[in-house]
Amino acid sequence: MLSGLSPTHIAVLSGAAKEVTFAAGERLFHEGAPARGCWLVQRGCVAVDAAIPGRGPVVVQTVGPGEVVGWSWLITPAKWHFGAISVTPTVAVELDTDQLRAFAEHDPSFGYPIAVAMLTMVLDRLQTTRARLLDLYRNPADVPTSPL
Amino acid sequence: MLPARYVVTGRTAETADSATLRLAPVDRPIPRFQPGQFTMLYARGVGEIAVSISGDPSVVDTSLTQTIRAVGAVSRALHAAQPGTVVGVRGPYGVGWQPSLAWERDALIVAGGVGLAPLRPVVLAVLAQRWRYRRAILVAGARTPREFLYSDELKWWSSREDMAVELTVDHAADDWTGQVGFVTQPLSRLPLDPAATTAFICGPEPMMRYSAETLLRRGVHADRIRISLERNMQCGIGQCGHCQLGPLLVCRDGPVVDYAVAADLLSVREL
Ligand SMILES: Cc1cc2nc3c(=O)[nH]c(=O)nc-3n(C[C@H](O)[C@H](O)[C@H](O)COP(=O)(O)OP(=O)(O)OC[C@H]3O[C@@H](n4cnc5c(N)ncnc54)[C@H](O)[C@@H]3O)c2cc1C
Ligand code: FES
Repeated sequence: MLSGLSPTHIAVLSGAAKEVTFAAGERLFHEGAPARGCWLVQRGCVAVDAAIPGRGPVVVQTVGPGEVVGWSWLITPAKWHFGAISVTPTVAVELDTDQLRAFAEHDPSFGYPIAVAMLTMVLDRLQTTRARLLDLYRNPADVPTSPL
Repeated sequence: MLPARYVVTGRTAETADSATLRLAPVDRPIPRFQPGQFTMLYARGVGEIAVSISGDPSVVDTSLTQTIRAVGAVSRALHAAQPGTVVGVRGPYGVGWQPSLAWERDALIVAGGVGLAPLRPVVLAVLAQRWRYRRAILVAGARTPREFLYSDELKWWSSREDMAVELTVDHAADDWTGQVGFVTQPLSRLPLDPAATTAFICGPEPMMRYSAETLLRRGVHADRIRISLERNMQCGIGQCGHCQLGPLLVCRDGPVVDYAVAADLLSVREL
């Protein structure tokens, strides 16, 4: 995430970052709530989930060390599309996205590498989601269906 | 070319559609196998298919262990074989994984779905001579938690301190507290020493491609990534041409090949 940023920009980013911890079962955010914040997971595991009527929260993906959770703040209307809950005790770097957005809008030379870094991570997530959509491990004798 | 007769001595249901058979020779045994080799397994009156050997390579006896997923007529018949059933076995055939390629290096084993079957002998070979390898890492993906092969062994391997095990599923069940995602996710973030890593990947072809590409991006060399190819087979000994893939006859030159060789061939359609 830091490649492409100057030392000044890294200092700005660090100023908007703080370490946070979540206990197992602690919710980072609820689906539909205003989206604020972005977490770089250092240790532990966070589940991204969706509330499905009759089934409760269904985990669609887990996010582990080195991965990022939370980018709905990037695009208006900034609302969480999914929820996120800590599965195990988790340590993460939380970014103040209000500050980040303000800096990025004020200084495109800061905003561009941030946007590229975010896009890279979103693309990565998109690729793994597409791979799962292919349902590669299904029995070829079965009619294709998704168990979700 | 004539199959040896083997009798089913044990059958373990692994998942709803897969079972592991233990086989013992009725008269003459086939030669010892190397991890990654396969046999041509014949179900009497139905037909013959290629099946990897999933047993422990360090066990010195004449028994054979093979894990079969019921997908069509022949595999269904073999999957349903009960103790006492006699089957025909030819082999072992092909070029295997060669776990020794990872000696003094990190062994990274990546399995998708029933791709864990051909890799089980590699896991067992690594664990049997654990001192020969640096880190041992197993990344296994399944469609759902119920669809992992060898679930008891996976629990045992996960509990060991000398091997890192990352299990991930495409779709979680209510009681699953592990990872949900494609195998490329753990592969992207595992602490790796790319120059000292040898990877063994088996699963559906796109899964092997995505996994290999993820490892290439992380700096693992293509000739240090081994994958197992699957093509329709008939003779199993390089004579009929059924398993041709570009310049390769998969039964003879594979099934295990380096990604450096396989990368450009994976888009070639089956004959
Ligand atoms: C080197 C090698 C090792 C193998 N190891 C194992 C093993 O350990 N366990 C095991 O269960 N199977 C293994 N297979 C696959 C097995 O050979 C096939 O599943 C079998 O040939 C299917 O024959 P069938 O008559 O049962 O089904 P068919 O009627 O031939 O096929 C039924 C359906 O399965 C599809 N299918 C057939 N083969 C494959 C394949 N290889 N990949 C994806 N879809 C396929 C067909 O397109 C069809 O839709 C291996 C194959 C090779 C080449
Ligand atoms: S199966 Fe006959 S040449 Fe490979």
